Amino acid sequence: MTNKLTRRGLLKTGAVGGAGLALPTIFTSGANAFTNEPTGGTVTLGFNVPQSGPYADEGADELRAYMLAVEHLNGEGDGGMLNTFSSKVLEGNGILGKKVEYVTGDTQTKSDAARASAKSMIEKDGAVMITGGSSSGVAVAVQSLCQEAGVIFMAGLTHSNDTTGKDKKANGFRHFFNAYMSGAALAPVLAKTYGTDRKAYHLTADYTWGWTQEESIMAATEALGWETVQAVKTPLSATDFSSYITPVLQTDADVLILNHYGGNMVNSLTNAVQFGLREKVVNGKNFEIVVPLFSRLMARGAGENVKGILGSTNWHWSLQDEGSQAFVKSFGTKYGFPPSQAAHTCYVQTLLYADAVARAGSFNPCAVGEALEGFEFDGMGNGPTLYRAEDHQCFKDVLVVRGKENPTSEFDLLEVVEVTPVGQVTYAPDHPMFAGGALGSCNPGA
Amino acid sequence: MLGLNKKDATLLGVVAVLVIFAPFILNPFPQDSAMAQFNAGYPDLMQRFVIFGIFAIGFNILFGLTGYLSFGHAAFLGVGSYSAVWMFKLLSMNVIPAILLAMVVSGLFALLIGFISLRRTGIYFSILTLAFAEMSFRLAYSVLTPITNGETGLQLTLEDPRILGQTATETGGIPVTSLFGMEMRETATMYFGGWSFQFNNGYYMCGVILLLAFYISIRIFRSPFGMMLRAVKSNQQRMNYTGLNTRPYTLAAFVISGMYAGLAGGLMASMDPLAGAERMQWTASGEVVLMTILGGAGTLIGPVLGAGFIKYFENIFSKINESVLHSWFHALPDGLENALIWIAEHFVGSGWHLTLGLLFMLVVTFLPGGLVEGGQRIGRLFSRKKQADKKTATQSTPAE
Repeated sequence: MTNKLTRRGLLKTGAVGGAGLALPTIFTSGANAFTNEPTGGTVTLGFNVPQSGPYADEGADELRAYMLAVEHLNGEGDGGMLNTFSSKVLEGNGILGKKVEYVTGDTQTKSDAARASAKSMIEKDGAVMITGGSSSGVAVAVQSLCQEAGVIFMAGLTHSNDTTGKDKKANGFRHFFNAYMSGAALAPVLAKTYGTDRKAYHLTADYTWGWTQEESIMAATEALGWETVQAVKTPLSATDFSSYITPVLQTDADVLILNHYGGNMVNSLTNAVQFGLREKVVNGKNFEIVVPLFSRLMARGAGENVKGILGSTNWHWSLQDEGSQAFVKSFGTKYGFPPSQAAHTCYVQTLLYADAVARAGSFNPCAVGEALEGFEFDGMGNGPTLYRAEDHQCFKDVLVVRGKENPTSEFDLLEVVEVTPVGQVTYAPDHPMFAGGALGSCNPGA
Repeated sequence: MLGLNKKDATLLGVVAVLVIFAPFILNPFPQDSAMAQFNAGYPDLMQRFVIFGIFAIGFNILFGLTGYLSFGHAAFLGVGSYSAVWMFKLLSMNVIPAILLAMVVSGLFALLIGFISLRRTGIYFSILTLAFAEMSFRLAYSVLTPITNGETGLQLTLEDPRILGQTATETGGIPVTSLFGMEMRETATMYFGGWSFQFNNGYYMCGVILLLAFYISIRIFRSPFGMMLRAVKSNQQRMNYTGLNTRPYTLAAFVISGMYAGLAGGLMASMDPLAGAERMQWTASGEVVLMTILGGAGTLIGPVLGAGFIKYFENIFSKINESVLHSWFHALPDGLENALIWIAEHFVGSGWHLTLGLLFMLVVTFLPGGLVEGGQRIGRLFSRKKQADKKTATQSTPAE
């Protein structure tokens, strides 16, 4: 069967094809001022959290916090931190009078999946702001996507120096503290508790957060006079760390520093305790374990094993200030248990975004960014806080915590050892650990 | 036309029509209706349909024709992505050199792995390819961090040289990928009543490449070379006994299919300039096997259908959350509503794998020829008389 290409056929196809191509341009709407400008009575936010993978527990808690924040913004519930927040422009009628709606997605703790999910929120659901992420790798990837697409990214739980260091972006903002701050806050307490003559062995999650966490804590402890015996990288997807723990016993290290988070930390700490590390005596000193980034969810996962272990955290529900108490109360009323630090930072980020939009009077990412830069606020649980304009990082007090010896409930697992004042954890924007990146200029898209 | 018989030309025509009108076909529900949840006509997902379609077409050239089941094809996709991103970092933001390099590098990589793996057949071949892919993944994830940026994934920065392009735009941003100035991310939106249809440059470029890839695949299927590959599948030993060396044929098929994967990887990077190591993980390799079997291994259109099916589930079902379920069932009495939601939420959202697994089991059990067989059975219901002469090459039996 032959099927010849005729002149008439070609002309016909060409005409139809040409008309088809011209059609969309005819109907294209008037140019929007920026990506996904909300035009109706609602505004859509995108909550992109891990619902599977090693950080799934944190992701679930983040999602609860986001839903609570949406409730409070829309004027439902008891208002939570809106009552204690130093800025009073939010009135509980949505954002700029538009009712807040949201879409959710699963990052799977993988950069690719996270970007796909964020893209569908932007392209399909018309989200004007993306927030979330429980892994710095994911946060960095999604932040750069938001920069390209022209929407605001409010980072959730991401602790790597790179998020507001070499990978910082004009459209991205972080409320959570970072690895440098953990090191700076933790080091003096470590020196006081364990002395200045220690030999440390590091196990590090092999991705951006682990690397910067290791670098920061190493620098801080070595400045005290500690010696680093060895630093070993472990894959993020690992669930059994016994093969990484055994070599520790062969060295003369007397401190094990676990640069792990979430499910990783629960497993590595459990393995370390099973191998009897905590009963060991090396160089005449008790063997100690340190977890630089601690959270209550991890403490619950690791159970008995966390008792007496030092670490740092962004926020803890037992804090007695007005803001924290208001948040714990409304979270507890809704879900029946206190929020984690991941929930706290995500809740605060959502309110901060809404507040910035209200103060700027526009959803335009550039206007919102301007409103957030250099913004000073209080009443959000961390004391007076500054959103630094140079790198879009929040500066506030850092908590040093310890696993409680005699917990009174299944949530009362950590005790605050010290509140490190903000001055001690502040660094210059061009600090070597943060150098090498540039914010660029804000991108409103469209 | 174009050296195709009428049947194949029709098939190519159907695929072309589907690709051109995908923005309409995939957006059947008005924007603010409750069913808008199921619309799939947004650029990112359409690009994925097409790119994974190319990936699966290439995989099918190896698996469908020769019966060699490679469990490490994602490695080529990953290598292609990394090559393309490096091209964006070093040369320019034009997608053509990136895609070409992606194909060349993945072709060479496939030559190396194929040369070693093809010494064995059957399960041993599968395990070898799986081992190589896992090795590549581990290397990219950790050892080769300077080249791949480890778990974070390789990304563009404001300091990249881009010797033929610009390092940064005038406004201080990272330039975007383009085809000679035509930006890949640019989307025209057409509003029509309650509907909005999105026409994306990147999608149409991928679509044109899909049609080319599909055309080449048809030509391979119908060529003497394709016949030789089929002979390998039906009985390689007999071929060897007749004094014919099958290795060059299988190796050629392996390299071609690796280059298809590299092309898909390069396109992925062109649409979204980031390459992550998890693209090379064994789950990603398994996914393309699922796509091909689900759609119908050894058929021309099957892999494309399978790719679309799986990507649809991954992106649409995974986004149905509890509040969406509540809005569906809210008319029901409370107890019943909660019971239904409790059951349903295991199958949507993060539980979408469960739904996909069930569907896969059903398809493999009742439609061994994949979705294509399903389509043929439905077709036969309506035209019973033609049943006898329907047995054509597009309907070859799946490999085991």
